[in-house]
Amino acid sequence: MDATERPVADLPAQRDGQEVIHLDRVEKVFEVRRRAGLLRREKREVRAVDGLSFSVGRGEVVGFVGPNGAGKSTTIKMLTGILTPSAGTLRVAGVEPARDRARLARRIGVVFGQRTTLWWDLPLLDSYQLIHRMYRVPDARYRENLDRCVELLGLGDLLDVPVRQLSLGQRMRGDIAAALLHDPEVLYLDEPTIGLDVVSKANVRHFLADLNAERGTTVLLTTHDLTDIEQLCRRVMVIDHGRLMYDGEVAGLHRIAEVERTLVVDLATEMAPIALESARTVKVEGPRQWLAFPAGQPAAPIVAEIAAGWPLVDLSLREPDIEDVISLMYAGRSAG
Amino acid sequence: MAHGPGRAALYAAVAAKGFRRYATYRAATLAGIFTNTVFGVILAQTYLALWAERPGLGGYDQAQALTFVWIGQSLHMAVAAMGGGSEEELMERIRSGDIAVDLYRPVDLQLWWLAQDAGRACFQLFARGALPLAFGALVFDLALPASPGTWIAFLTAVALGLLVSFGIRYLVALSAFWLLDGAGVGQLAWLVGMFFSGMMLPLNVFPGLLGEVARVLPWSSILQLPADVLLGVHTGTGLLGVYAFQLAWAAALLAAGRALQSLATRRVVVQGG
Ligand SMILES: Nc1ncnc2c1ncn2[C@@H]1O[C@H](COP(=O)(O)OP(=O)(O)O)[C@@H](O)[C@H]1O
Ligand SMILES: [Mg+2]
Repeated sequence: MDATERPVADLPAQRDGQEVIHLDRVEKVFEVRRRAGLLRREKREVRAVDGLSFSVGRGEVVGFVGPNGAGKSTTIKMLTGILTPSAGTLRVAGVEPARDRARLARRIGVVFGQRTTLWWDLPLLDSYQLIHRMYRVPDARYRENLDRCVELLGLGDLLDVPVRQLSLGQRMRGDIAAALLHDPEVLYLDEPTIGLDVVSKANVRHFLADLNAERGTTVLLTTHDLTDIEQLCRRVMVIDHGRLMYDGEVAGLHRIAEVERTLVVDLATEMAPIALESARTVKVEGPRQWLAFPAGQPAAPIVAEIAAGWPLVDLSLREPDIEDVISLMYAGRSAG
Repeated sequence: MAHGPGRAALYAAVAAKGFRRYATYRAATLAGIFTNTVFGVILAQTYLALWAERPGLGGYDQAQALTFVWIGQSLHMAVAAMGGGSEEELMERIRSGDIAVDLYRPVDLQLWWLAQDAGRACFQLFARGALPLAFGALVFDLALPASPGTWIAFLTAVALGLLVSFGIRYLVALSAFWLLDGAGVGQLAWLVGMFFSGMMLPLNVFPGLLGEVARVLPWSSILQLPADVLLGVHTGTGLLGVYAFQLAWAAALLAAGRALQSLATRRVVVQGG
């Protein structure tokens, strides 16, 4: 079965039929010049996005996953208008991004996980004040949005702290708030959980789920962490080499490849495989055991159960690997 | 791109933040004041020897030559004749790809960085300029004007000089879109800026054709002309001529910056993930 042909019309959030994002056979080719000798230069083409078509309805939360270099960030950049596509057409909120960048900017919010929109040497609040002016947010609306973000993202004690002194997780929460002060209809998040600890990740996920539920904000979330997707999205798009490999319900992905997290457990002594309802033991090596469980499930109850019944010394959690899922997809295709 | 009156408030706020950002680095400010003062003393001794040998060199008497030194040291960071202003940060953002963040905002890139640079310059003019000048005036015999009108005329020329200086530095920074290793451009800008602004020697000391060329290049707007306004060389219509010269260069450079900016943002690719 070709996964991209899976119909997506039955997804609940698309029922109102309003398209916010639409891509039609979009391509982005980069020309890379490399020195190939003393004077000679070699031109090489990198096809970062290769005939990508999809659309996102108002109010959807869509996961956009793929391994490093798959073309996720390039797609997001085209959707904000800072990159022009080499071919194909894009529309966001009825606007062609690259042509109408400034107008679109008021209607979208963007968070690039590896960059910050905040001013490094100034207190967090200073950045918010500038954004208030930049987007001409009415005063009352600004206050309301700020108060809400401060409360839900736990920024209260951080407003007076210079951004350079914030931890990665604090900064990310600060950046997410910054992207939302002007009430964007669409929020792009490019790897918002990259490098975050487990608690910060959970915070961010909760906040985004609430935002979508309460405000109906459309969210396009790029990540290589499949747990983000399992916990936040109903629909997921998988991209590799700039091409769409899968577009459909997260549940459908499970039929292609079991998306699992793995708990690596160190016991005090060598023991028989741990037997649990909620996880299956996939490997035993001396006192170390590997337990797999669906990525949509929380890990805490499993850990508690093991700690109660076995001499637990140490444990770590391995997130599911998008590369594994994709190689299973390729395998499935060539098999028929 | 539309720029209503609300935009003026935004860019004023950006300038204010620019001021505050530099104000947070107190140790750097103190070190800078110390450096400018020491450098001023060394240059002043050199000029004293030079003007003792050649009195009236370049049309300056000894007190005017010394004043030129201390004005140069006081304006050094503020007008960033040799670089060292906000353009360094801009260049770094282009190289790292952080420029992506600046580009998706509903603001004008050039006005944004100009406002930021103006805020920086204001801070450095008062925080880094006042003390070296006061020190110079205490220790040496300077030809500082008594009339507040001359000081106002001088500050106006400094502001216009800053516009010219920003115009040059913005072009230098944007080159990073094409030249990923732009260290060479930065060094060239540093050298040319030092020489042709008059930071080493007043331009009226340069002989013959070199002097004439140096005086019509944009860099003369940055230090030489403001210093001459303070020394009372240009008054009346002469003063208006100075302003017109500075404004013409500022307009030409800023227009070139806009053209390069739209080329860069349309054609060139933002780096990194
Ligand atoms: N500015 C650029 N110049 C040349 N190649 C680029 C540029 N940006 C991205 N690429 C290439 O395009 C491909 C997709 O990159 P990217 O969109 O950043 O992937 P992802 O975000 O999925 O990790 C990669 O092969 C990357 O090397
Ligand atoms: Mg990326």
